[in-house]
Amino acid sequence: MRARARVGVLFVSPALTLFCLFLVGPILGALILSFTNFNVYAIGNWLRASFVGISNYRELLFEDPLFWVSLRNTFYCVSITVPATIAFSLLAALLLNSKRLRGKAFFRLLYFLPVVTNTAAMAVVWRWLFNYRFGLVNGLLSLLGIKGPNWLGDPAWAIPAIAAMVIWRGIGFNMLIFLAGLQGIPNYLYEAAAIDGANTWAMFRYITLPLLRPTTLLVTVMTLIGHIQLFEEPFIMTGGGPLNATLSVAMYIYRLGFRFFRLGYASSLAYVLFLIIFVVTLIRMKIGRSTFDYAGS
Amino acid sequence: MQGKGFRKAWRLTSKAALHVLAGGGAVIMALPFIWMLSTSFKPESEVFQFPPRFIPNTITVANYINLFQRLNFIRYFLNTSLVAISITLGSLFINSLAGYAFAKIKFRGRDPLFMGILATMMVPGSVTLIPSYLLIKSLGMVNTYAGLILPGLASAFGIFLMRQFIRTIPNELIEAAQIDGASEFWIFLNIILPLSKPALATLGLFTFMGSWNNFLWPLIIATDERMYTLPVAIAVLRGQHGGEFALQMAGAAVVVAPILIVFLLLQRYYISGIALTGMKG
Repeated sequence: MRARARVGVLFVSPALTLFCLFLVGPILGALILSFTNFNVYAIGNWLRASFVGISNYRELLFEDPLFWVSLRNTFYCVSITVPATIAFSLLAALLLNSKRLRGKAFFRLLYFLPVVTNTAAMAVVWRWLFNYRFGLVNGLLSLLGIKGPNWLGDPAWAIPAIAAMVIWRGIGFNMLIFLAGLQGIPNYLYEAAAIDGANTWAMFRYITLPLLRPTTLLVTVMTLIGHIQLFEEPFIMTGGGPLNATLSVAMYIYRLGFRFFRLGYASSLAYVLFLIIFVVTLIRMKIGRSTFDYAGS
Repeated sequence: MQGKGFRKAWRLTSKAALHVLAGGGAVIMALPFIWMLSTSFKPESEVFQFPPRFIPNTITVANYINLFQRLNFIRYFLNTSLVAISITLGSLFINSLAGYAFAKIKFRGRDPLFMGILATMMVPGSVTLIPSYLLIKSLGMVNTYAGLILPGLASAFGIFLMRQFIRTIPNELIEAAQIDGASEFWIFLNIILPLSKPALATLGLFTFMGSWNNFLWPLIIATDERMYTLPVAIAVLRGQHGGEFALQMAGAAVVVAPILIVFLLLQRYYISGIALTGMKG
């Protein structure tokens, strides 16, 4: 059997090698980089970088207003997209779960399509949709007699416009998870409630919502983790502007790393983002466990 | 009698409302696609019309011809296909091999190792980005296909998915082959892989779509125009032809259409993949 164990090690070694090179190594590498002043001069010769202790983190937290701007923008966007994505995906799942709806497969497919499409390409489309003078959004608004704002050119409207695309892209996936959750609720509960004379709203309020709670919590945290990493939408739609109003944390990492080549400093920001997501993930793991308990009981 | 009629009317109304709501949602979800296609077939002069029209006065394919003749979109298309197909085939092989070992072969430290691999799934991409770039750069692989493909092969999700599926294959099949003197690799090729077709299809679809749509990594690695993938090309197009919206929409359609077709053909594997892994997509 020892020979077989050796084969086992052999079989995992290609995957493991890639893993060490492109995941474990870089995770540790970024931590080390975050304590150095690695910059454009060090790319050619790594020895030109030197350790600077925690000064990157100190600069980030106390001397870099753009860090706080990017954090605020990101959380502002997330505070719109997460609740809206969840509300719309639940609504879509409820619609698709209704026995009286015809053409379910068609609707499910349509709601899901944005999930699989290319985000960069669709961001180009959304930029055009939100064009101030000739875009479809302002065109439709003008039919209602409303003069639409200069969406992507106005610091006050740029984040809501980006959020619209993020929500559009996020509904389909969460909808499928909600649908699975809804289908896990036993039918006899609704039948019993119907005998007791409960109406549709009461059934939703006192059966569907409470029994869906584990799913809702899970979806919330997953969506949160995904949306905190906002990058492609602002990168394509606004480039971070106007006046850095749409600069997200992930975009700022890219800008520091690959525009200014401050790779050490960018790594410290990446770790701060990691820390934020780590806290959220810990919560997710707790929820994952409680979901399992619920399914087992 | 009157109560019955009222109830019937209420049922019909609510059913109609249900369909109106679902249909309205469908229109909103489809609108960007429709608008993309509509604009892509307009001449640039007709784009700047207000209020906008869905059906062009003159339908033209000039924008598409432009993409493929004047701009190098055929090459970007081939680059993207090559990278996505290589990553898909490579990661199917590597991850199913590892998944088999993690599922069926006992070796020391196996389970902690597996947990460690799973733990990397929560690390955001922006953390590994910079060191991976420096590694590829020091290997001289910037602006090469190897540089675009290699990092895409490592996938905790792939190992996880294959392991979960292979665990359900009965041990008796493997033991019978072992008694007949088959090697582990023979068993892997002739027993495990054929029986894992559904999981391979799911993982293949996920991986192909993920690498086709990948943006940030090629943006950093493919800085030479000849190495662009479609998502990078579309970002550059938006930068250099920012005012030519019909051209941009044709470009977006070229990026989005292949992946939509692949998804439409194989969607049942996508749905079963979500069921197979519990959640994660």
